[in-house]
Amino acid sequence: MQGSTVDSAKAALNYHGAETAGHEAHPDHRIFGLIVFLGAESMIFLGLFMAYLTFRAVYPSWPPEGTPERELLLPGINTLILISSSFVIHQADVAIKKNNVGGLRKWFAFTALMGVVFLAGQLYEYHNLEFGLTTNLYASTFYVLTGFHGLHVFLGLGLILAVLWRAQQKGHYSSEHHFGVEAAELYWHFVDVVWIVLFLLLYIL
Amino acid sequence: MNIPSSILTMLAGIALTLVSIWYGQNHGLMPVEASQDAVLIDGLFNTMMTIGTAIFLLVEGILIICLIRFRRPVGDETDGPPIEGNIPLEIVWTAIPVVIVLVLGIYSFDVYSNMGGFDPNAAEDPGVVQVAMLPDGDGALTPLMEGHSHPMGHHHVALGIGASPETVGKPADLTVNVLGLQYAWIFTYPDFNITSGELHIPVGKDVRLILKAQDVIHAFWLPEFRLKQDVMPGSLQSELRFTPKRVGEYPIICAELCGPYHGAMASKLYVHTQEDYDTWLQSQVASRPDGTQTIAASSDQEDPNAAYLAPFADQLGVNGHLLEQLRPQPTAALVAPAMSSAGMH
Amino acid sequence: MTQTELHSSETTATHHGSAERKWQDYFTFNTDHKVIGIQYLVTAFVFYLIGGLMAAAIRTELATPASDFVSPETYNSLLTLHGTIMIFLWVVPAGAGLANFLIPLMIGARDMAFPKMNALAFWMVPPAGIMLVVSLLVGESAQAGWTSYPPLSLMTGKVGEGIWILSILISGTSSILGAINFLVTILKMRVPSMPMNKMPLFCWAMMATALLILVGTPVLAGALILLAFDLLVGTAFFNPMGGGDPIVYQHMFWFYSHPAVYIMVLPLFGAISDILPVHARKPVFGYQAIAYSSLAIAFLGCIVWAHHMFTSGTPAWLRMFFMIATMVIAVPTGIKVFGWLATIWGGKISLNSAMLFGMGFVAVFVIGGITGVMLASVPFDIHVHDTYFVVAHMHYVLFGGSVFGLYAGIYHWFPKMTGHMLNETWGRVHFVLTFIGMNLTFMPMHELGLQGMNRRIAVYDPRFTSLNELATIGSYILAVSTIPFLINAIWSWAKGPKAADNPWRALTLEWQTSSPPAIENFEVLPILTTGPYDYGLEHEDVAGLPTAQPGSAALSGSSGS
Ligand code: HEA
Ligand code: HEA
Ligand code: CUA
Ligand SMILES: [Cu+2]
Repeated sequence: MQGSTVDSAKAALNYHGAETAGHEAHPDHRIFGLIVFLGAESMIFLGLFMAYLTFRAVYPSWPPEGTPERELLLPGINTLILISSSFVIHQADVAIKKNNVGGLRKWFAFTALMGVVFLAGQLYEYHNLEFGLTTNLYASTFYVLTGFHGLHVFLGLGLILAVLWRAQQKGHYSSEHHFGVEAAELYWHFVDVVWIVLFLLLYIL
Repeated sequence: MNIPSSILTMLAGIALTLVSIWYGQNHGLMPVEASQDAVLIDGLFNTMMTIGTAIFLLVEGILIICLIRFRRPVGDETDGPPIEGNIPLEIVWTAIPVVIVLVLGIYSFDVYSNMGGFDPNAAEDPGVVQVAMLPDGDGALTPLMEGHSHPMGHHHVALGIGASPETVGKPADLTVNVLGLQYAWIFTYPDFNITSGELHIPVGKDVRLILKAQDVIHAFWLPEFRLKQDVMPGSLQSELRFTPKRVGEYPIICAELCGPYHGAMASKLYVHTQEDYDTWLQSQVASRPDGTQTIAASSDQEDPNAAYLAPFADQLGVNGHLLEQLRPQPTAALVAPAMSSAGMH
Repeated sequence: MTQTELHSSETTATHHGSAERKWQDYFTFNTDHKVIGIQYLVTAFVFYLIGGLMAAAIRTELATPASDFVSPETYNSLLTLHGTIMIFLWVVPAGAGLANFLIPLMIGARDMAFPKMNALAFWMVPPAGIMLVVSLLVGESAQAGWTSYPPLSLMTGKVGEGIWILSILISGTSSILGAINFLVTILKMRVPSMPMNKMPLFCWAMMATALLILVGTPVLAGALILLAFDLLVGTAFFNPMGGGDPIVYQHMFWFYSHPAVYIMVLPLFGAISDILPVHARKPVFGYQAIAYSSLAIAFLGCIVWAHHMFTSGTPAWLRMFFMIATMVIAVPTGIKVFGWLATIWGGKISLNSAMLFGMGFVAVFVIGGITGVMLASVPFDIHVHDTYFVVAHMHYVLFGGSVFGLYAGIYHWFPKMTGHMLNETWGRVHFVLTFIGMNLTFMPMHELGLQGMNRRIAVYDPRFTSLNELATIGSYILAVSTIPFLINAIWSWAKGPKAADNPWRALTLEWQTSSPPAIENFEVLPILTTGPYDYGLEHEDVAGLPTAQPGSAALSGSSGS
């Protein structure tokens, strides 16, 4: 900013010895990076949702006539489980900020369990649906959208389990250092929000 | 020294304008104009060429002047004048493109509308057109709410160029169904039960083409008419409507990549005088054995499809039998039923 | 400290590099952004030669109207892979290469925000490209054009199309990971004394590019996932035979691929904005306008995609919207072009190879821009869509824009990257041949398209022969033009005269360190005392500046040059 006010004899640059800090002192940008990444991820989902909405808009009746009925009960319960798990995982964050590693492990384990139940419920639903992947356009979009989301739940589960694994190591996470916890939590919230939109689109709308 | 330089600038400006206007009218880049639409589009293109030439000359001129006048003398290590910006100048060169763009936008809009781009009925189920248009007859565009009877149920998107504002709502003088398939065009005249590999139309008549594809996306292009429209497989159908104003023989080209022989997918459009057209119709109907649909021209050696597909027939697996099969039935089945009734009105 | 130590701690090394790069480093999973930048550039250039070789084959086929050089199937494979490789493996990664090398240096950072992810992103590029090339060699490659429209793309061979999809998914992922790095690095890692509006314009442009990548590429991934299901599993998202809608694919494809053209050109806009002021010895004209116009282009670039679909399936009113939105892009682009012209106007231009390509960029890009605005006009586009007029447009912007810009960037930053100067004479020969070849190849295509020659055809109407011959000759000149460049680059890299730290007497930060920069870029964090383009301001004597400095003396000592 002071650019134009330096006197001409001075060099274009000064080198400030005091700032020779090493990389350790660099602020941690990983959470910001993750947020940017999730922004990009949400564009994939947005693209798929827009495709779904276009198919829907173009067809005279949706789901197309002859598509077997779907249950709402099981997916409804599943949705509740996934949404609640977002609150559960947040408790872990609260815990670790108080340096409570035990709490972290407890809540993460609980979230992982809910995730597993969700995935199991999804598989159960797939198994009992009367239409298959290629039955018609609706069926295809249904499977691909929920499947792609399921894949994300699966990855989120992996993240949670990885954090759990690392949390066994004493002092790995603390109120100061818990990027892994935050990342897993953020990712999980993301997966959760996507599911809410997906649920509204596929089951309610 | 200053006064001459501003006069020079002015002279350069005048020269630039004159050259641009001249070139915009005399570039000779477009093929002949065979319809009114083509005239409209060429007018637009000439305008764009004029503006484009002016911008081109301006930018290249400045670059060349810089090259010549502002070279650094050998040994000169100093910097140029520290000019960082000039707000009025920047406003000018933002505003001028804004104006140009708006003018071009409005002009294009106008041309598009005159061509019939806004005809809401373009390429829709003609059965519905009748329901919607005929009762009040004044051409008021009754919304097509009843139009949900489509086989696959696609909503109407105006695919293509429909009736121009003067003819909107009026049925065309001649309707031809066009089927694109790998790698040929097949034309059926529902009113006359004719199927042909070439398109024959009378000059000065309002012609409507209903386009469908059998396998992949093709695109129906008439360069001399400046008209092009993708031809979709499945339930979507598209339309081109135009009035030829010049007798002659014109290429029909498939413009959308549709496979290895895409480049060979071409045919001919003949614009006849009314008499010639009638003769042609006569010959077609006459050579038809008994009213069953067979392609008239197919018997003689001039069959355009066969002739032009011949070199590829082996690779394509196209044989006479297949062509024969393709001709009347699929066209009829896909687009004709509703069409033929519409054509009568 | 030794090189091995550096390798054993691949993470953000804390060394304050007195070590030097070894050539082996360039073949490893190295996390130094400068190594990665050069890896990107060299890899991309190799793919440019391969893509160019395909173009030469295409032009040879088109030298005569008949289909006599390759089979029509092979021709389609060639043009598909030519387009794909040029876009996804040459221009996009080359832009990423420049960005990788330059961004941390320009903003005074020691490396990218996520160096490991950076290396990972690079190492996805070679497999993506090799897959494509191999698919052509074994005769099983995609044939449906770089746009790969279904249903045709579902019918031209599962293997080739599958490889194509996989390859684009990989290079798309690479590009997303790169963009995350660029964005975070630019936003978060500038030296404290550098506010946003003192960043070099290249950084602004890369910020806009990164945003476009992040918004667009995922949608393409979505489209390709659906396409892969159609291809391999038999769903019918885009297959009308099963009730699907091919137009949805076109929307999703162009939602990425229109922004992609700005992904390809914005980095070079940035590079030109940095190159012209240096060699014209004048401040860039209208810094803020040029900076913000990048963001404006990025924004507008996201809402114009359907101008590629004027003849397929968009309702009329939407066509009008996309037409106006597209034309409006001429305004921010014009701001840049006029800004560049005003920058060099009245300057003291030293007409070296970098400047020649820089000015050549402006000269040729404008032609492509003007035809672009013509194409935006719906009624006119109806006539020329899918013809050689479009092929001419895209090569004027892609070759005249991106490739000229990349050459300008290479000539300008080569001394910094390698520590050696390029040979000027060869550089000028390269420029003249490229400029002539490029115009000879692509100018006749305008007329061809207007007259009625459609694109993607192996056989054409004999009345187009003479113009096609011109184009073919031009393309051979282009092929020859790469030879002086190759010789020059390879020879200079190995044996060229040593470059000073700041041979162009430039003011941006990358020139204030040694050539090539030390492993950790800056011995100590620099503090800005001048804007990036303050030529002619106050310090009349910038000339002696870099070497006379106490700070840089320390630096050059550490670089060993
Ligand atoms: C680097 C790549 C690049 C760039 C920068 C552009 C820039 C532009 N492109 Fe281009 N385009 C492509 C690459 C690119 N394009 C490719 C690859 C295709 C074909 C894809 C395929 O089908 O395979 C294509 C196709 C394409 C089409 C579709 C054609 C068709 O298939 O029918 C259209 C239509 O609107 C279009 C428009 C534009 C416009 C308006 C710009 C604008 O951004 C240009 C703006 C610049 C200027 C206008 C010049 C400078 C401005 C001034 C000097 C100010 C004054 C000027 C005026 C007022 C006019 N392009
Ligand atoms: C950045 C992008 C880019 C670049 C740089 C180029 C460069 C060139 N392109 Fe490209 N082109 C596209 C992007 C690009 N193209 C795209 C996107 C398409 C659309 C594809 C589609 O329709 O799907 C296309 C389509 C396209 C066509 C239309 C094909 C058709 O529709 O049928 C043609 C025809 O002439 C063509 C020609 C050329 C030529 C002659 C060059 C020349 O500039 C190339 C010059 C370079 C060389 C000739 C390299 C020479 C090097 C050597 C010979 C060295 C020897 C080799 C080794 C040592 C390994 N291109
Ligand atoms: Cu049909 Cu190309
Ligand atoms: Cu575009």
